[in-house]
Amino acid sequence: MSTTTEAPDTTAAAKPKLKTSAMIASFADPGQKTASAPFGHALVKAAQENDKIVGLTADLGKYTDMQIFAKAFPERFFQMGMAEQLLFGAAAGLAETGLVPFASTYSVFAARRAYDFLCLDAAEPNLNVNIVGGLPGLTTGYGPSHQATEDMAIFRGMPNLTIVDPCDSIDIEQAVPQLAASEGPTYLRLLRGNVPTVLDEYGYTFELGKAKVLRGGNDVVFISSGLMTMRALQAAKALAAHNVDVAVVHTPTIKPFDAETVLKEINTDRLAVTLENHSVVGGLFETVASAVVTAGLGKRVVPIGLPDQFLDAGALPTLHDRYGLATDRIVAKVLAELG
Amino acid sequence: MPTDTVQDTPQGQTLQEQILQTAVTPERVEKISAAAYRIRHHALNMGEVQGQGYVGQALGAADMLATVYGDQLNFRAEDPHWEARDRFLLSTGHYAIGHYAALAEAGIVPVEELETYGSDDSRLPMSGMSTYTPGMEISGGSLGHGLTIAVGMALGLRYQGSSARVFNFLSDGELDEGSTWEAAMGAHHHQLGNLTAMVDINALQADGKTDTVLRTEPVTEKWESFGWYTQRVDGNDVGALLAAFDNAAAQAAAVGRPSVILCDTKVGRGVPLLEDREKAHFMRIEENEWQICREQLTAGYEGKASA
Repeated sequence: MSTTTEAPDTTAAAKPKLKTSAMIASFADPGQKTASAPFGHALVKAAQENDKIVGLTADLGKYTDMQIFAKAFPERFFQMGMAEQLLFGAAAGLAETGLVPFASTYSVFAARRAYDFLCLDAAEPNLNVNIVGGLPGLTTGYGPSHQATEDMAIFRGMPNLTIVDPCDSIDIEQAVPQLAASEGPTYLRLLRGNVPTVLDEYGYTFELGKAKVLRGGNDVVFISSGLMTMRALQAAKALAAHNVDVAVVHTPTIKPFDAETVLKEINTDRLAVTLENHSVVGGLFETVASAVVTAGLGKRVVPIGLPDQFLDAGALPTLHDRYGLATDRIVAKVLAELG
Repeated sequence: MPTDTVQDTPQGQTLQEQILQTAVTPERVEKISAAAYRIRHHALNMGEVQGQGYVGQALGAADMLATVYGDQLNFRAEDPHWEARDRFLLSTGHYAIGHYAALAEAGIVPVEELETYGSDDSRLPMSGMSTYTPGMEISGGSLGHGLTIAVGMALGLRYQGSSARVFNFLSDGELDEGSTWEAAMGAHHHQLGNLTAMVDINALQADGKTDTVLRTEPVTEKWESFGWYTQRVDGNDVGALLAAFDNAAAQAAAVGRPSVILCDTKVGRGVPLLEDREKAHFMRIEENEWQICREQLTAGYEGKASA
């Protein structure tokens, strides 16, 4: 705080600066390489090549990077107002006429408010409706009204639906054209704004339906999706300093799940840990667990994810630390598990 | 079957003048009344096979269905997916029994197939689904969906330069659903002049009379205030229905006001035994009554036709 020449407010200066919650909070670390609005730019690029692609939103174009598409293709963009049932019913109607809609809102509204419309109007007829959900998991400090901590749990039970939980800008850029090209409905857990660029260092390419081993390791295997893959890679580096060798397997497609790749990595003597930006109920952990049990593997899996409760409001770094998503908390958890 | 129902509104004419040009002739009324009779007859036969079904609704809505399929819709019976077809979206999935009868009348579903209604492995399930039945555009049944899908279809067809129109059949019970009004706003906002909603106001819902379940009146004023071109007619008066659909067709345009035709109908219409029975969402008809119903229907139709 700068001082002034007269009557300095010593009371205020003595107070620590408050951490504030923000609707749109970045989870990128200081100095992290980022890309601006990767979804919006990827959709524009895909639409340049595929004239069937159209965009819709429910009064959240600015906050889901759909605005970039709207500016590039105003005649192919449909503003549906703050009406999520209409948003997804209309998206299904557009798909019925042969178009390929991408419809954006926040994940909470797509999953909680419009489920019936997505289920019966898009998924049952297996239409190419692409749901784009902002603020997945714990990516906003606004509390349960905006934190979609159970969106994958809600959506995993919907037949025909493909679910993608991208890690970074690379995942998003490469996923968008593949989602447009895939036949049925899809759900993308959107990361928007300045999105970290992480996977370019790992010789990685996104393939819909595939898990990828990003790094090998002898002691621990991380199975992760979404932004938690970024944290998993950071934790793996930090654990190396403790002489713990960690492998990281990134599974951006939650459904259909690449059980073959994941089970091959899990069926070893290494400590297996799942990491997800989602409740430990109904998300990646339970997807992995059901694959493990179905295959008859007697293997313990340690879940790192959000607790089965409504989360606090607050600043994102505070909350990521509080609920165990922060890199330091992951390192501590793994060291404790290893004893 | 009409092939050109999409008309640009001629400049410098009042709506009244346009209506006079598309006169509701006795021949048209007779043709649609005959189709409505056959739809009712089919519905009774289908109901008898199952021993149950939404026969009351089918009888009530038969004139609406006959008018739209027999006089308004542009389609090819042999090619239900013909790209340039007008779309008819049945939002009220349980009205499928009436819709199947109309599809048979239209030549899209064979009449012989109707007896499979509601049976295992039939293409004609109790609640209409697009994945089962040719000519069924959407899977209705979860009420309040149809008009939202219709908005998307109308947008999509217009964007792709199609002059096809979208018709959404919904019931007054669906006016309880907030999504219906989201769609009503959306259609007006996007000026979907290629969209027509037809609402069966039979004043009956699953739990009783509409005005005791959730009061939706004043319905006309609601639609008008949402910016729709609104008409309210006796939905069992074929002449009135034809005139209203003609008016809507005259209004139709790629960019313009969406149109709604509010149709007051009577559950069980055409069969006095059922018209007078205590109104029920799911009407119980005894085994020996089906033949009586058919006889009453035919007597009523022939009496009217010869009158």
